[in-house]
This record gives sequence, structure tokens and C-alpha cells, in this order.
Amino acid sequence: MRARSLALAAAILVGAIACGGSQDTQGDAGQEGGGTDLTGAGATFPYPLYSRWFSDYAKQTGVRINYGSLGSGAGIRQVSEETVDFGATDSPMTEKELAAAKGGKLLHIPMVAGAVVVAYNLPELTQPLRLSGELVADIFLGEIVRWDDPRIAAINPGVQLPSRDILVVHRTDGSGTTFVFTDYLTSISQAWANGPGRGKQVRWPTGLGGKGNEGVAAQVQQMPGAIGYTEVAFAGQTGLQVAVIRNQARNYVSPSVEHVQAAAEGVLDQLPPDTDFRVSIVNAPGDSAYPIAALTWILLYQEQKDPARGARLVEFLRWALTEGGDQASALEYAPLPSRIAERVLERLDSVQSAR
Amino acid sequence: MIATTGMPSGTRPEPPRPGHRTPDVSGQQRTAAERTVRTLRRRRIVNRIMVGVMYAAALLAIIPLLLILTHLVREGASSLSIAFFTQPPAPVGEPGGGMANAIVGTLILVATASAIGLPVGIGAGLYLAERKETKLALITRFLSDVLNGLPSIVMGIFAWQFIVRPMGSFSAISAGVALGAMMIPLVTRSTEEMIRLVPASLREAALALGYSRARTSLAIVLRTALPGIVTGALVAVARIAGETAPLLFTAFGSQFWSLALDRPIDALPLRIFYYATSPYPEWRALAWAGALVLIGIVLVISLGARYVTGARRGFGAD
Amino acid sequence: MSEQSHTAAFDGSERQLTDRIYQWLITGFALCIPILLVIISLEIGRAGWPTFREQGAWFLFQSTWDPNNGEYGVLPAIFGTIVSSLLALLLATPLALGVAVFLSEFAPPWLRTPVAFLVDLLAAIPSVIYGLWGIYFLLPLLREYVAPAIRGIPLVGDLPIFAGPAYGNSLLAAVLILTIMILPYISAVSREVLLAVPRSQREAALALGATRWETIRDAVVPYAKSGIIGGVILGLGRAIGETMAVTMLIGNVAQIRASLFAPAYTMAALIANEFNEATGDHLSALMAVGAALFVITIIVNAIARWLVWRVSRGNAA
Repeated sequence: MRARSLALAAAILVGAIACGGSQDTQGDAGQEGGGTDLTGAGATFPYPLYSRWFSDYAKQTGVRINYGSLGSGAGIRQVSEETVDFGATDSPMTEKELAAAKGGKLLHIPMVAGAVVVAYNLPELTQPLRLSGELVADIFLGEIVRWDDPRIAAINPGVQLPSRDILVVHRTDGSGTTFVFTDYLTSISQAWANGPGRGKQVRWPTGLGGKGNEGVAAQVQQMPGAIGYTEVAFAGQTGLQVAVIRNQARNYVSPSVEHVQAAAEGVLDQLPPDTDFRVSIVNAPGDSAYPIAALTWILLYQEQKDPARGARLVEFLRWALTEGGDQASALEYAPLPSRIAERVLERLDSVQSAR
Repeated sequence: MIATTGMPSGTRPEPPRPGHRTPDVSGQQRTAAERTVRTLRRRRIVNRIMVGVMYAAALLAIIPLLLILTHLVREGASSLSIAFFTQPPAPVGEPGGGMANAIVGTLILVATASAIGLPVGIGAGLYLAERKETKLALITRFLSDVLNGLPSIVMGIFAWQFIVRPMGSFSAISAGVALGAMMIPLVTRSTEEMIRLVPASLREAALALGYSRARTSLAIVLRTALPGIVTGALVAVARIAGETAPLLFTAFGSQFWSLALDRPIDALPLRIFYYATSPYPEWRALAWAGALVLIGIVLVISLGARYVTGARRGFGAD
Repeated sequence: MSEQSHTAAFDGSERQLTDRIYQWLITGFALCIPILLVIISLEIGRAGWPTFREQGAWFLFQSTWDPNNGEYGVLPAIFGTIVSSLLALLLATPLALGVAVFLSEFAPPWLRTPVAFLVDLLAAIPSVIYGLWGIYFLLPLLREYVAPAIRGIPLVGDLPIFAGPAYGNSLLAAVLILTIMILPYISAVSREVLLAVPRSQREAALALGATRWETIRDAVVPYAKSGIIGGVILGLGRAIGETMAVTMLIGNVAQIRASLFAPAYTMAALIANEFNEATGDHLSALMAVGAALFVITIIVNAIARWLVWRVSRGNAA
């Protein structure tokens, strides 16, 4: 008796799942209809913005985009293996990585520029801490281990620095944010260039690891005395204290949208017409340029295997580039200057279906 | 062991027997008697202390459990709401949202895993109980234990290599396979034990009445052992419902409702993991609530399983 | 009667066919298990093979894990796995034995059931929930109270095993959570083997004038010794394979440091953290780590099972 009713319940459950399942897979077969999934993975750097974009876009068009905020390294891997429709990264792909992509030529589509901030947790301080690139490098090299070190005090006159250990936090996963941060450190510190160097993942001389920008933000949030690097939106959303960094013009600038745009403009105007947009904007010249700024890209294949999905993806990217600017600024990301955005849109035109 | 390997360590003079008057003897024997009394007192004190230590050990073992449960309730209860059970997550910064899709996802994964784990487990359990001395039975029993001890992360990378990679996408089915494989040894062992408990006389009576072996095994023996088998199945389900590691590279997680077996799917433990390590207070609150719900599900299933059999193992089994 | 004719009609070849199908079916299901293990071994071995081919077993002994530069030394992860598991074992075993002895010998019947139930409940809590609790209660406890307190003790506080800044996330945190997690396993197995010790042993000791504690220490426990060791090794197997709680608490840094307060890595945590973004060599290296983990847990569990089996077999006294 019991076995029979168990079997009946199981059959009903399986039937329900099968029905639900076929509803969702209809879209996957390329037919039209709302509720089509796109799957993407990659950088955590733009995740606060992307998740807002995806939500708004789903409300407007019904297209659902599922994004795994796993880090640029994961995004590059997934899109190379074609396990996702698009990848996202703040670390431009190397030639070797591009060659390893299984689906052909991958395009880098820049979406916005953002700032990597140096966040810290010192409840005793009421004003933002001033740091120079060299000091940051020394802290992350493990050369400076206490907050009340004279070198920090020297550029922060009048600030009562607490007598605590510096608890360094970095990323465990392959991260575009790490790439940007180490790119910056390499460009201003010889010791760093000779040591860990630049990369999505480096050998950190000291410190603790967090997964994704969120993980680093969470760690810094929980440990008094911690210092870490993360995208500005994460610091803002979690109430972390953010340092002001000395730029090339020797001004201490905050990571605001204007300062990031200043960094972007200088570099982007110089781009050649056939650029693939893989360009770094750290340590940019300019009085108000924020020194640790970066572009963030969406990666998609120039030849899309599934025409319906490909078309949807390109539509979304156009929407984001033309209408997503307000959301971006609201979350402290700098939208691309319009001249550049036009060129990016032209590049999107080159996406075709493979069939 | 005492009888064969000699006296246990430490001198153990026999204490004076009651009613037996110690004869008046030399000073040597009197000293010996006094020594005995002192030693005995010391031994009794040691005994008392060790009993206390045992009680303390039991208390120490339970304290973390009580702490965890208390914290779960305290942090999680406040975030539970209708929305929690009916809505998928809201984007970062927006209030509201819940873990409904994760709960449904867990149910789907459990169902998929059971579809794999239960038939194989019960079938293998039947085989082991009925054909216990064959070479296959010995190998299978040993390998079932090996499978049981496999770290769940190894199961996860296997499922990724075997299913996700060729299929080209994360999917509920790959997670279901990983979890189902983990269920198999648990179900096998409990099925085998329950079938063995069915008295041979029942089987013999059925055969004597002319039932085929198949019918005897299924309609008579299996049916009799069914409550125990259901318990074993429930225990296995409770175990895999809380697994996270195999889901990291198979189910992938999702912010949306998803019922398809060939697309990524969310699950409660996975969502808890992502939210617990996030910096957003709203997400962390949801993580606690999710943890409370998860432990509730696991406990209800485990307790339900115990209740079904009513049997407890080991106590008073002298 | 219909029943008679039914069975009569069911005679002979028809019954043989049903029986044969049934036999094939259950044999087939039983075969699934060895086949599954073969497939698992093959798949993981195949995926990890490139690393073994290039580096040989040396990759287990290199101490630099730097995928960015193509270095895949697993030694730090192995170090973390072994040290955290062994220390957890060291802490959990006396506690678990104490609980097991308490439950099998000393506890009054009314206390026995609830306490046993609660201890068993520890095993039912999912790993991710241990991690969640660990992050928000264990880590701040270690960071804000335990570490400063230990550092404050003269002489002891300056020892290398307590050196370095106290992140909270550390080898120590992993050890503590693993202790709690493996305790119920050791306790459950120990409880069973202790209960399997025949009454005669206890009664003989008591008759000879031993106190209850002495009975346990000298008569019961030595008898159950190999079973208890089996349970301990089972706990070791669990500790080695534990992933989620460890990765949430250990700091995830591939380094070998003497300090308990330093962040560390285990093999399982390494795979969990880096798998989703690994390609090519990196992926193969992670698969190789998985294969190594696979082999280690098989060996450890086989030893444990054999020890427990020995006790149950030699129980004829």
C-alpha cells in the first residue's frame, strides 16, 4: 500500500518536473518567446552594476540573464570552453588565452570604467586615510606591518594612527581586479615589479585571501585593522572606509566617477581605429585622474553559434551601452565617453551568426 | 582479557572482606592493611573524578551544538518571512527577495538524486542481502564503503568532468548524478541490513507456498523491510540535502526560477555559502534564515526517519 | 481455486524467466557500484594525467602553488590537510571517547537517549552551516579574544606557533571546527564497540574489586581498542575530505607556516576555490589534487573499516 502511494507521488513529481523542464527548454531550442536564458560568468568588479542591469532588462524585455560572479579568471575560462554565452573580465585576455578560445575569435566589449579602491577598517579614523602608491606596495609586500608606521604617519599629518597590526586581504581567485591592482603596483613600484608582478593571480607575500570582490569586502569589514583592494561599488555598498591615493600629478584623489572618467578620457582618446579595446588605464596622467582605474569588458564570440541567443546578447549590450549610463553613475561606475561608446557599438555590429 | 593476559596494571591487593575479622598479626601486615585502605580511598577519589570528567566531556561535546542551534534561531528567525519562501533573490541593494528558488532547487536536486540513488541502492542492497557470499558481493560491499568515504568535492569534480564538460553547460542533472552517487552507499547498506533482519522463515514460507524467488523477494521480503528501507532512504536524503561542495561546479546556482534539468539550478546550501561569504548585511541575514530552514529540513527528515522505525541502535544491546 | 491455478500457471519456464530477470536486475544494480568507482577513477585520473606526466609525483612535494606562473606545488595544501586533520583528531578523540564511555557506562537511562541524540545531531548539521557559524562566532572569538589572550601569556605567547597577526581565519579555526565535526563519528563508532564488549569482561573486573573507572580503563577499552582506533581513523578520513567549513575558515593561502594563527590551505579547499576558473594545466593540476585526495581517503577508510571489522569479528569471547 505504502509502496504504491510512494510510487504514485514519485510519478507525479517526475511528471511535474518534466513539464516544467520542457517549458524552459523550449526557449533553448531557439524558438522565440519571453523567458529565454542567457548565461554569463566572470568579473565580480562590475557585478553590482550588472545585476541591476539584468534585473531592469528582464523587467523591460523578459529576457533573463543568469550571471555567475566568479571572477575574471572563471569568466575567461567559461567562455573559452563555451559553457556560458558570454564572459566578463577586467583583465584583458592574453594572446595565449585568446588562442585557446574554442569558439573562434573573442571580442572585448568595454562596458564601463570603474575604480579599484584601497579599503581599510580603522574605526578610530574619521577622515579618509592618505596613501601613496609606494606605501600601498610596501604594505602589500609585507614591509610595513603596523598602522602607526612613521611612513604612513608622514603623509597623514595630524591623524592619530592606531597601534594595530595591518591585516592584508587579497583575492584567492583569478581576478581582473587583482590584475588592475597589480598592474598599478607594478607601474609605480620597482620592488613590486621584481616581486609578485602583475597578473590575475600573483604570489602574495603576505595576507589573507577572499573570494571575489565580495569576499575581500567581507573580510575587510569583519577584521579591524584590515586593508584590502576592491571595486568602489562594493566599498560603497558595505560602508567600508576608502583611502585617497596620490596620482601621477601628486594629488590625492578619491575614486569618484569624475576622477575615473578623467583617467579614462586621457587614454581612450589615443586609441587607434582598429583597436580591440584591450587597454589599461592605470596611473593615468592628469591632475584629477584616479590612479587605479580600469575598463571592464564583456567577452563574446564574433561568430555566434546560436543566432537567437546571439541576437539577444547583442541587443542587451546595445541597451546597456546606450541606456545603462544612469544606473552606472548611480553606482559609482563611469560610463564610457560618448565618442568611445560609438566605436564600441560599431564593433558590436560585427557580431554575426555562425550559420 | 583479564583472565588470559594477567592482572591489569597497578597493584591490586584485595580489600578486606566484610565480616572477616583481621587476625592480630605483625606490624608488617598491619601496615599493609593501612596501605590498602589508603590506596582504596585514592582509587575511589580517582573514580569520582573520572566520572566527573566523563560528564564534562559529554557537556563539552553538546555545547557547540547548542550554541549553533541558538545562533541559528536568533539570527535566522528574524529574516524569515513569507517572501523568503516565495520569492527569488532581489539584486544587490534592493530590499526584499528570498530564497524560494533555492528551496525548490534543493527539492528538485533531491528528487533527481533519489531517482538515481534509490533504485541502485535498493537493488544493490537486495543483491548483497541475498547473494552475500559471491565475489561480486564482497567487492561491492567493500567498494560501497569506499564510495561512502569519498570526499564530496571529489564527486563534484567527477560530475563536472563526466557531465558538465561534454554537455557544455552546468545543469541540475549533473548535480543530481553527483548527489545520487553519494546516496548509493547509504541506501545500499541500510537496505541490506533491513533485508537481513527479515526472518528466514518468512522467505521460506513464501517459497513453500509456491511464490517465485522474484516475487518472494519483492512482494514479501522487501515489503516487510520497507519501513527500515524508507528510513535508510530518508537518512540518505537528509545527508545530501545539505551538501554544497559537489554543487559548486555542477549546479552553478541561479538567481531565477529554474525547473529545467539541463540548465543551472540554485540550491539552498549553495545559496547559503554564497551569501554567508558576502559583505551585504541583507544577504547575510538571508544566509542565516536559509541555514535555519536547511537545518529544519534536515532535522525533520532525520527525526522522521527515526520515528518510522522506532528502533534505536546500540543501547542496552549487551 | 484461483490461487492454485494462478501458481500452477506460473510454474516452470515462466517462473524461471521472472526469476532470471530479477536476478539480472539486482546483479545489474549491484554492478553499478564497482562500475561507478571505475568510471570515477578513470575520469579523474585521465583529467589529472597531464600533470603527473609532466611533473611526476614531485608535484606533491613542491612548495609553491602559483598557477599564474605555471607552478603547481601541492605541498602547502597537503601540509594544511594533514596538520589540521591530525590536530583535530588529537582534540576530538579524548572528547569523543569521553562521550562514548559516558553514554555506554555512566549515563543514567533517562539521560542517555537525549545526550546520544544531541551528539548524533552534530553529525547531521551540514558543513556549510558549520562554516557560517564559524565565520560569525568562532573567528571573531579567535581574533578578538583568544589570540590577544594567548599572546599576553609571558613566554608562551612568544612561541612561533602563536606568531603573526591574528586574522581569525587560520589553521586554528579550521582545527577547531573540524574537531566539532568529527567528534560524533568517533563517538558513534566507539559507542558501538564499547557496547559490544561482553558483559563478562566488566563483571570479571568488578568482581576483582576494580572501581568503575578502572573497569573501563583496563577491561573494557583495551578490548575494544582496535574498534576505537578504527573509529578514530574514520574521523580522520572525514576530516581530510571536509571542504566547505574549512574553506570558509582557514584563510585559503597556500603557505606553510609554523603559526596556528596563520592562514593555510587544504587540498579540498584548494579545489573548491580555484576549480571554476582553472584551464589547461591549472585544471589538470587541480584534478591531480583531487585524485590524490581520492587515493588518500580510500586508504584511510579501508584501514578504518578493517580495524572495526576486526573487532566485530573477534567478538566471540
